Amino acid sequence: MALLEVRNLRTTFKTEDGTVTAVNGLSFSLDAGQTLGIVGESGSGKSVTSLSIMRLIDRPGRIESGEIFFDGRDLLKLRDEEMRHVRGHRIAMIFQDPMTSLNPVLTIGEQIAEVVRLHLGRNRREARETAIEMLRKVRIPSPEKRVDDYPHQFSGGMRQRAMIAMALSCNPQLLIADEPTTALDVTIQAQVLELMNELQRETGAAIILITHDLGVVAETCKDVLVMYGGNMVEYGSAKQIFAEPRMPYTQGLLASLPRLDAPANARLTPIPGQPPNLHRMPPGCAFAPRCAYRIERCDQVVPVTDLGGGHLARCWRCTETLVMAGAAR
Amino acid sequence: MSEELLLEVADLKKYFPVNAGVLGRHVADVKAVDGVSFTVRKGETLGLVGESGSGKTTIGRLVLKLLPATAGTIRFEGRDISDISARQTRTLRRRMQIIFQDPYGSLNPRMTIGEIVSEPLAIHGIAKGKARMERTVELLRMVGLQSSHLNRYPNEFSGGQRQRVGIARALAVEPQFIVCDEPVSALDVSIQAQVLNLLEDLRERLGLTYLFISHDLSVVRHISTRVAVLYLGKIFEVADRAALYEHPLHPYTQALLAAIPVPNPEMQGAQKRVLLSGDVPTAMAPPSGCRFHPRCPFAFDRCSVEEPAMRDVGGGHMVACHAVENGTIR
Ligand SMILES: Nc1ncnc2c1ncn2[C@@H]1O[C@H](COP(=O)(O)OP(=O)(O)OP(=O)(O)O)[C@@H](O)[C@H]1O
Ligand SMILES: Nc1ncnc2c1ncn2[C@@H]1O[C@H](COP(=O)(O)OP(=O)(O)OP(=O)(O)O)[C@@H](O)[C@H]1O
Ligand code: SF4
Ligand code: SF4
Ligand SMILES: [Mg+2]
Ligand SMILES: [Mg+2]
Repeated sequence: MALLEVRNLRTTFKTEDGTVTAVNGLSFSLDAGQTLGIVGESGSGKSVTSLSIMRLIDRPGRIESGEIFFDGRDLLKLRDEEMRHVRGHRIAMIFQDPMTSLNPVLTIGEQIAEVVRLHLGRNRREARETAIEMLRKVRIPSPEKRVDDYPHQFSGGMRQRAMIAMALSCNPQLLIADEPTTALDVTIQAQVLELMNELQRETGAAIILITHDLGVVAETCKDVLVMYGGNMVEYGSAKQIFAEPRMPYTQGLLASLPRLDAPANARLTPIPGQPPNLHRMPPGCAFAPRCAYRIERCDQVVPVTDLGGGHLARCWRCTETLVMAGAAR
Repeated sequence: MSEELLLEVADLKKYFPVNAGVLGRHVADVKAVDGVSFTVRKGETLGLVGESGSGKTTIGRLVLKLLPATAGTIRFEGRDISDISARQTRTLRRRMQIIFQDPYGSLNPRMTIGEIVSEPLAIHGIAKGKARMERTVELLRMVGLQSSHLNRYPNEFSGGQRQRVGIARALAVEPQFIVCDEPVSALDVSIQAQVLNLLEDLRERLGLTYLFISHDLSVVRHISTRVAVLYLGKIFEVADRAALYEHPLHPYTQALLAAIPVPNPEMQGAQKRVLLSGDVPTAMAPPSGCRFHPRCPFAFDRCSVEEPAMRDVGGGHMVACHAVENGTIR
């Protein structure tokens, strides 16, 4: 049985200009120990998806419908205190900007210790020991001293590592990391990603890594979910997604990137047009206004096609796109 | 590309004073740019890469005289512009312009697109009345916008479109030289390519020269003819694009390149990985000698006491590193 199964999730926000559907009928599942990357551009619904799983959607937002099974139970049906127990203890989350989730007036050690006391029922002394141990694990130098530092005394990379320490201190089964390295320099990002990989191998926790950086996904995740306009448009192993993308949006994204593994002066192929406006979504395929392969049928709601080997694509023409893209190249 | 030098920067420094206490006593300096020399040839794109706080934006602003330098000389088109007057600086703005990172913050929200783009034409008295209007429309077309956009406001545009407006404005005075400070960093990946292609087309069509600032080494490789690598206010390595990316010599450049995630799962692991330990030190108290030594896997005794000088190792490939000088790294 899957560890996490999201079915038909729909999350909306009431805004001045009407209701926007930030996540529109999303379904996917995740096995224990699996690493899944969720990629998509700004506004595609990545963060709202993770906040929905954590049940942290507040007004003006609302989870309209769907089910989120975690370890067999529908999280959307849990009472608030049951959900609080799941959060932190069974599912932990790391955000892009650690400063927003670290309390500036408590030391790093106090914050990790509090999580440990709350969830694992340790006493003060034990909790502090655990905090030091966790900081050591995420390679904070002289953790027995730095445990008493306040967040502002840590650099950006250290704060993000402290967040990882806190998230992992209760041995969660699932870690959701929302753009954990986006605010970091590349050399520090490399350290944090390496650390996440290592801790994943060690603890066997499943990881959902949310990012707009395809390179980060290729480097960390076995499987990839591509989001566009609030829904999944393609799903597959990293190999399937990067070597044989079928959804024209995924193909376009890969062709538009300047990459170190391509000839330096190869001209980029931009995706024409603009990202979708959630207030005015097309009736059928969300990518249709920008798609070179659009046909009449694309204005009808697009089903997901199973291409075999776990590779899924939401595109009317996904069985032909590989050949068409090859011919265009 | 010609051999003619458009810009020559020598030993440029910018220290920002740090004051503390009730009396606001001067206690230290942030050495944002600490003795930087480089040249830009006419028609080329010099990429300037470095991590956050390494001094990229400060260098761009110094070169454009938007910020006074603490020391050093800047020559533009052969003329020393280090100490020119405010009036001369204004004339200089017709020759050199800047495009900013933030397409949201850098446009005045109360001005229409037409006003924003035509303002430099008015300031410099370049065109009036109908001619100004025509020139404005021409500029919008050049960056892929339309005359129907003239009377709209920035908030009605997407990030990529706003960045085009910023580019049109910079082009209004027909500059020779443009500093592009992270022009695509705030844009969605699917939009970045549109703007990068536009910048390349304009360079070719108008014979522009760019100083292209970015923390993204993949973007810099794509657009630059030569690349300079900056760390804590110092340039560590400058080389032609191919040399820098295929044969980097400085340990920091090597680590930086190894740290870039490549969107190709087949490529992971093999040529990886020079993982750097430690954090970037503060520019207030840079480490002694080579300021990279606390993180450098090749560091030896000399590195913490003596600052390495920039040396040409052949073909204009410049490196500042004792290990390269010794032949340990080749
Ligand atoms: N509190 C809110 N109020 C109104 N709309 C919201 C709110 N939070 C999210 N949205 C909308 O939901 C959509 C999806 O947002 P989400 O934050 O999930 O995007 P994302 O994929 O995480 O983007 P990014 O890469 O920028 O983080 C956006 O269009 C956004 O405007
Ligand atoms: N006006 C200022 N006063 C004091 N310090 C400053 C000022 N402007 C910049 N600095 C400092 O100078 C150093 C270099 O800053 P700069 O903005 O040039 O870096 P950057 O390479 O452009 O970084 P980023 O990639 O984050 O844009 C930093 O340590 C910064 O904090
Ligand atoms: S469904 Fe049609 S419009 Fe959408 S991606 Fe496929 S071919 Fe393009
Ligand atoms: S001078 Fe020394 S410390 Fe600096 S980069 Fe070279 S080997 Fe490393
Ligand atoms: Mg987000
Ligand atoms: Mg900057």
